[in-house]
Amino acid sequence: MLYRENGQFKTSYSADQQIFPIAQDRWLVGALIALAFVAVPLLASDYLMRAILIPFLIFSLAAVGVNILVGYCGQISLGSGAFMAVGAYGAYNFFVRLPGLPLIPALILGGLCATAFGILFGLPSLRVRGLYLAVATLAAQFFADWMFLRIKWFTMDTPSGSVAVSNLQVFGLPLESAASKYLFCLAVLAVIALLAKNLVRSAIGREWMAIRDMDVAAAVIGIRPMYAKLSAFAVSSFIIGVAGALWAFVYLGAWEPSAFSVDYSFRLLFMVIIGGLGSIMGSFFGAAFIVVLPIALSQFLPAVAGLFGVEISTTAVSHAELMIFGGLIVWFLIVEPHGLAKLWSIGKQKLRLWPFPH
Amino acid sequence: MAFFLETLFGGLMVGMLYSLVALGFVLIFKASGVFNFAQGAMVLFAALAMARFSEWIPQWTGIESKVLANVAAFVLAGALMFAMAWLIERLVLRHLVNQEAATLLMATLGITYFIDGLGQSIFGSNIYKIDIGMPKDPVFVLDSVFEGGLLLNQEDIIAAAIAAGLVIVLSLFFQKTATGRALRAVADDHQAAQSIGIPLNRIWVIVWCVAGLVALVAGMIWGSKLGVQFSLTTVALRALPVVILGGLTSVPGAIIGGLIIGVGEKLSEVYLGPFVGGGIEIWFAYVLALVFLLFRPQGLFGEKIIDRV
Repeated sequence: MLYRENGQFKTSYSADQQIFPIAQDRWLVGALIALAFVAVPLLASDYLMRAILIPFLIFSLAAVGVNILVGYCGQISLGSGAFMAVGAYGAYNFFVRLPGLPLIPALILGGLCATAFGILFGLPSLRVRGLYLAVATLAAQFFADWMFLRIKWFTMDTPSGSVAVSNLQVFGLPLESAASKYLFCLAVLAVIALLAKNLVRSAIGREWMAIRDMDVAAAVIGIRPMYAKLSAFAVSSFIIGVAGALWAFVYLGAWEPSAFSVDYSFRLLFMVIIGGLGSIMGSFFGAAFIVVLPIALSQFLPAVAGLFGVEISTTAVSHAELMIFGGLIVWFLIVEPHGLAKLWSIGKQKLRLWPFPH
Repeated sequence: MAFFLETLFGGLMVGMLYSLVALGFVLIFKASGVFNFAQGAMVLFAALAMARFSEWIPQWTGIESKVLANVAAFVLAGALMFAMAWLIERLVLRHLVNQEAATLLMATLGITYFIDGLGQSIFGSNIYKIDIGMPKDPVFVLDSVFEGGLLLNQEDIIAAAIAAGLVIVLSLFFQKTATGRALRAVADDHQAAQSIGIPLNRIWVIVWCVAGLVALVAGMIWGSKLGVQFSLTTVALRALPVVILGGLTSVPGAIIGGLIIGVGEKLSEVYLGPFVGGGIEIWFAYVLALVFLLFRPQGLFGEKIIDRV
């Protein structure tokens, strides 16, 4: 009954092609966005915003980028951490070398650096596919790790390679408090996620999906594989690059090359798997899951162990975390290969009929 | 000249060890089409088990002899790897039959995390030593040809010999035994193999057991060279370009790819490294493999992929 669609008539093509064709969905999403923009900054504590919400927003953004490449275009990539790093260091270099450059153009330029890098390392995808490509993209990761550690030009000749930014401001407003950082990340995420959603619904998005489902067949019906694959790499690495720049500028403030290790590539991939391949909504679920899980476990495991009178050390917690993490990934792949987004759509489907079973 | 040859030999020795890890990848891919990302974690797990058992067994049983303790630890660790192979087949692979290759790859990523966590919580996460009594001293060879001779590490030579031995045994196993033939049949076509009565599940267990054994040998050798610690998993990441270069389905490819990567890494580090700031070992292999893929996507010895709509 909650999802009663009776009386919602679509009388024009534009009404039929809305992102949320059901009125209830529109209200719900509108309410959620309003809640995120207004209520959360007023109510949430600084800790909650700094430790959970800001990482969640930035990882959601990165996961949207990874999802475009892996979920929509089917090119498995293990180099996402490198794209984040290129975005972060690219934005940093523009920010520092061009005095007076505002933050937002710096982020966009960082994203464009990541785009160039992504296209370069996406070139093998024209000849190589599947597992070979997954390993080939690792080259991007290791190359970026090395590049930012060894080539001093990128890090303004600091001996340790660690760099910092300060006095960030957007349109003259300082970006210091947790709430302002949160709102900035949220705004960037909202804009890019909307663009991404529309992109994957468009002709380009359908080309990507055709390539994913079967690239030879797609080429036969007239889709240019080179154009489709490289555009997926470009768009995806732009978004990941912006996310990387946000992560470095807004969340970390000061960082070093090891801040974007290969571990991030894996984590981003897991977000996409657990959230749901080929679903923008799923990227948010996946990011929430991966960000919250370690925090929840580090709180929860010692408490449970305490019930049985066992002391549990922090290293044991981190090992247990790895095991639970791995176990959950396998479990998800076996039980629900389409991730949390699929569960969400099943739930919606059920609600449409509720309370009647048929 | 002598320095060049020393570098070359050093590269070949390291390459042999890469081949050993790469072999684990190839074995599993060949027989089940699964790209086993967990190979690195298995190497770490096996090495940890070996290191800790060889430490614990004398305490438990009072065995004095080091050789005996090492052998017992090897057997026990091997049994553990077999158990792990069986469990992976039972709990994971059996449920993922007929899934896409990408799904299977991600499942092995999950297994990687699980084994990393499990190994470290059972065996501890410090740095451990495996002492299988390999001589550490370098030796000089070919004194008569070059001035001062070539400086080679005995340890490396023995390790390479063990690796070569294992490769020969495995090739014989693949080519000459009935099980080996069954494995190759499964690799070619799951369904056809099943329809002529080859039990798929058992084949998978066998393959993972063999891969576990290879991981154990690789872990033992690397562990005695570098010490057993978490960074051992990166050895597997170093071995990935080897597989790509050699082709995912080719055992000789893994060997030759390993040698090429090992030599390429060392030579590039020594002769190219100083110009670009050093440390290029880490990515050189990857970029080499990547450039190579642009010209021959299936790798050196891989089977040509033919697409049909």
